[in-house]
Amino acid sequence: MTATARPDRSTAAIDVRDLHKSFGPIEVLKGIDFHVDHGEVVCVIGPSGSGKSTLLRCVNQLEQADSGQILVEGVDVCDPETDLDAVRSRIGIVFQSFNLFPHMNVLRNLTVAQEKVKKRSKKEAIEIARANLEKVGLSGRENVYPAHLSGGQQQRVAIARALSMDPDMMLFDEPTSALDPELVGDVLEVMKTLASEGMTMMVVTHEMGFAREVGDKLVFMDGGVIVEEGDPRVVLADPQHERTQAFLSKVL
Amino acid sequence: MAMKRTTKRRVVQGVLYAVLLGGAVALALAADWPTIKANFFKSEGFVPPGSWGDLITIGVKNTLIYTAIAFAGGLALALVLALMKLSPVAAYRWLATAYIEFFRGLPALLVMLFMAFGVTIAFQWTPPGGTTGAGIVALIMVGSAYMAETLRAGIQAVPKGQTEAARSLGMSAGRTTLTVILPQAFRIVIPPLTNEFVLLIKDTSLLFVIGFAAEQRELTTIARDFLASGPTAGTSTSLVQAAILYLVITLPLTQLVSFLEKRQRRSR
Ligand SMILES: Nc1ncnc2c1ncn2[C@@H]1O[C@H](COP(=O)(O)OP(=O)(O)OP(=O)(O)O)[C@@H](O)[C@H]1O
Ligand SMILES: [Mg+2]
Repeated sequence: MTATARPDRSTAAIDVRDLHKSFGPIEVLKGIDFHVDHGEVVCVIGPSGSGKSTLLRCVNQLEQADSGQILVEGVDVCDPETDLDAVRSRIGIVFQSFNLFPHMNVLRNLTVAQEKVKKRSKKEAIEIARANLEKVGLSGRENVYPAHLSGGQQQRVAIARALSMDPDMMLFDEPTSALDPELVGDVLEVMKTLASEGMTMMVVTHEMGFAREVGDKLVFMDGGVIVEEGDPRVVLADPQHERTQAFLSKVL
Repeated sequence: MAMKRTTKRRVVQGVLYAVLLGGAVALALAADWPTIKANFFKSEGFVPPGSWGDLITIGVKNTLIYTAIAFAGGLALALVLALMKLSPVAAYRWLATAYIEFFRGLPALLVMLFMAFGVTIAFQWTPPGGTTGAGIVALIMVGSAYMAETLRAGIQAVPKGQTEAARSLGMSAGRTTLTVILPQAFRIVIPPLTNEFVLLIKDTSLLFVIGFAAEQRELTTIARDFLASGPTAGTSTSLVQAAILYLVITLPLTQLVSFLEKRQRRSR
């Protein structure tokens, strides 16, 4: 269609074009154009039900789009010919509810996909897992089961699990929303470190401080469309759109 | 005249206890104890060795072996059925549903007679273990229908986020089922499956209608044979003994189930 508007699209990490998605009769995404460049941190904000999670989940096809295009590193993930498992193993996802495997200890949570998907040797997988555990500040917790960790610790394990696959990009869906306020900081700290190392990140969040400090771009969604986007410091300080202003006045 | 609530409750409880006690006393007085003892507790059967030898070394042993085979076979078949029922392919779902509804709707005894006599004669089929084997196949078929529903419920009780996390890590659907869903589902269904095991223990007594070689008899069959022969012939003593042996096996299991259920409820 209008491929001229952004000729470099195949070089973007994530490139979403005119994405539509309905659940039954309700259209949740009403034509989303959205992209994340390599090394960029894009924060997505917006009121509840605006379609943020749905957009994020479409990127690795946890939800199937109705129409539009989603390119991940130039690969069309909506194409039925695409090897989704291969694409997914390059996209790390961190969920609001952690979703650690409760029947496996921390170490196994981090090694199982490395061994089964990446076909790494057990030894190599363990080495990588330990390095990532250290990175999120949880060395020594290898043999603990998730139920015995705090929410903040579980979320950091989930980040380490995703990182152990050596993903090209990380998607976060409100990673701190389920946490007690005093546990939020540790998780955000890990995410900041990741960002500073150049990780490509898409972060759905209500943490405006994080968006302002770490984000390269801020996207405000409402009612299934992107209402406004730009430099987080600019958008947060001086929102142009009325709906953005209304939303920010409530959360800031 | 208005009684206090606590007083009233005490009076009600007192009356209930009195009724219970009265009933027990009346029963004890009315019962014909010598007849009861002679018919149900004949000491030639009870006092060791009595009839315990055959009842335990043949009866209990075979009952447990048949139950184990039927359970293992039933569980394997049930797993296939449960996965079929959750399959994205509609034809598989229908097949599994038809099978499950069919066998849950029939008496196990009828299926057993059908397998042991109908099928073996019609198709000149000699199952391993003879007609006993055919009877166990029937137990597998019926048991799997019930266990399939249990397993399906267990699989569906695993939170959707688990599948999403596994798929997001690049695991295939099959790999996800194997390493993430089934291990958690099995943990959830251990109590109901233990119940199925207890039901199967009792259902092996249906094999009685098929008839056995002496060494292959299960517990109920042996107890039945002792009605007419052995030290307690002419009395029901062997039935009481079999009942005791069944309870020795089943009661700990049902206790285990309620313990596991309580623990699961707490860990939520
Ligand atoms: N699986 C589903 N089936 C039906 N409706 C759904 C489903 N998932 C989401 N929706 C609906 O789609 C809309 C957008 O949901 P989505 O989860 O994307 O919003 P969100 O912006 O992430 O909101 P929140 O901040 O509450 O997480 C909501 O109205 C929601 O009820
Ligand atoms: Mg959401």
